[in-house]
Amino acid sequence: MDANEILYDVIVVGAGPSGLAAGIELAKKNANVLILDRKQEIGCPKRCAEGLSNRWFDIMEIKPKPEWAVHAIKGAVLYGPNGKDVPMKKKETLGYVLERKIFEKDLAIEAVKHGAKILLKHQVVDAKRENGLVKLKVEVNNEVKEFKGKLIIACDGIDSLVARMLGLNTKNNLNDTDSGYQYEMTGISGYDEECLHLYFGTEVAPRGYIWIFPKRDGTANVGIGIGAYVSSQTNLNAKNYLDRWIQSQPGLKNGSIIEVNAGGIPVGGFLDKMTADNLLVAGDAGHMVDPIHGGGIGVAMEGGRLAARHALRALKENDYTDKTLSKYTKEWFDTRGNELKRRLKSRHLLEQLTDDDFNYLADSITMEDALAIGNGTLSKTDKAILFTKKLVKRPGLVAIMMKYF
Amino acid sequence: MSAKNNSNKCLYCGACVGVCPVSAITLKDTRIFINEKCINCGACVNICPVSAMKLDKK
Ligand SMILES: Cc1cc2nc3c(=O)[nH]c(=O)nc-3n(C[C@H](O)[C@H](O)[C@H](O)COP(=O)(O)OP(=O)(O)OC[C@H]3O[C@@H](n4cnc5c(N)ncnc54)[C@H](O)[C@@H]3O)c2cc1C
Ligand code: SF4
Ligand code: SF4
Repeated sequence: MDANEILYDVIVVGAGPSGLAAGIELAKKNANVLILDRKQEIGCPKRCAEGLSNRWFDIMEIKPKPEWAVHAIKGAVLYGPNGKDVPMKKKETLGYVLERKIFEKDLAIEAVKHGAKILLKHQVVDAKRENGLVKLKVEVNNEVKEFKGKLIIACDGIDSLVARMLGLNTKNNLNDTDSGYQYEMTGISGYDEECLHLYFGTEVAPRGYIWIFPKRDGTANVGIGIGAYVSSQTNLNAKNYLDRWIQSQPGLKNGSIIEVNAGGIPVGGFLDKMTADNLLVAGDAGHMVDPIHGGGIGVAMEGGRLAARHALRALKENDYTDKTLSKYTKEWFDTRGNELKRRLKSRHLLEQLTDDDFNYLADSITMEDALAIGNGTLSKTDKAILFTKKLVKRPGLVAIMMKYF
Repeated sequence: MSAKNNSNKCLYCGACVGVCPVSAITLKDTRIFINEKCINCGACVNICPVSAMKLDKK
């Protein structure tokens, strides 16, 4: 039988981290699952700096493999606008920079091993409900094919249109979206290759930061995320800011670019509703991204798996209504969304800091403070005390901080 | 009037698709299509990391 004559339990649209994690979970539990993606190669082009902390490997029960966990990371260094750095480094490995193409293909192989079917070069162009099921119109080369499923999981990334086709508003507000741009560079030096490096400041990266994520010797993802509205105010786009900064870095400016990446990052416009009849949405499409650093691989996989679990429940109950599916939204906020919402508050705080504030913080916060904050080992009161102690010399900062603690 | 995409600059990243308030943009493979629903709001111009979107000033 042709793939499009089958009635699928679940059709997952998008073979990124969220769609593949959903596919694995569904296939493991013997659901009949199809994964569609418009791309010609899984994992490519990457829209990502490829950093993933160990916490997510634990949550997703994945063991880092040397073929895709290509570079171990032991810490991070934050730089204020005056160049003063706050290092946070440990002896043990805290996470990895991935070769995401290989990582995603590995997830795809896992999904297929458990019984999922994947079709590439399949672009979903329309979705309609019919007799309690969903019919997808899919462009394949010059043909339009129809696919039928009981449930759709939209894992179609920031440019998600599939959920919108089924009546769920997944649009991104410009104020809650970052404009991202990146080079994979080689022949570069001048930074500790065991750490991630983050550069802050209104001149460097307004409402965002520049990053160096080392990938192997002399090679790293060097990128930027800035507030989407910045370009209209300064007439400089993300590429302009990044190029200008690279030129100011002696260790980078003579490097070679071996890949160019771009992308939008949904950093805080969480969706109140992540389901409709026959539909669940996960990953970037559901705005599941950490609002502080823009990391989305881990949350996307976790969200995809959770959506799959709720899809399995709906299949068991033979009930595909929004009412049944909506428990997914609640569980996501209980387990992850509310934590991210709290982090959104800290993001708003960061956005209010001036260059002088950043410099002051870089000067006054010690490595121990930063590590304790980074590890989350400080209680809320500890944090407040630490910040107030360090910040009394800048009353403006205290006022801003107090609003958020 | 509608937004115009410069396919020489565009990196087909999809960021503009995500912020278009009227879902007027579609990304297919490596090409951007903008349909007649465009209200010329400029959101796509703002988000584009490489300024590959321009508003048509006719
Ligand atoms: C510059 C940049 C740097 C980043 N750095 C990091 C980082 O270091 N660490 C981190 O954790 N996160 C990072 N992120 C975020 C991370 O890349 C995303 O959060 C993550 O990829 C989301 O996964 P996803 O599966 O939801 O979506 P995606 O990976 O975007 O996958 C969506 C898939 O859906 C497909 N699709 C879309 N529409 C259709 C359609 N109509 N029909 C068929 N297929 C369709 C697309 O082709 C795509 O393959 C970064 C993002 C950017 C832009
Ligand atoms: S945001 Fe810019 S680079 Fe990305 S797809 Fe749209 S026009 Fe192309
Ligand atoms: S100008 Fe506004 S409405 Fe037109 S394509 Fe761009 S974002 Fe959409």
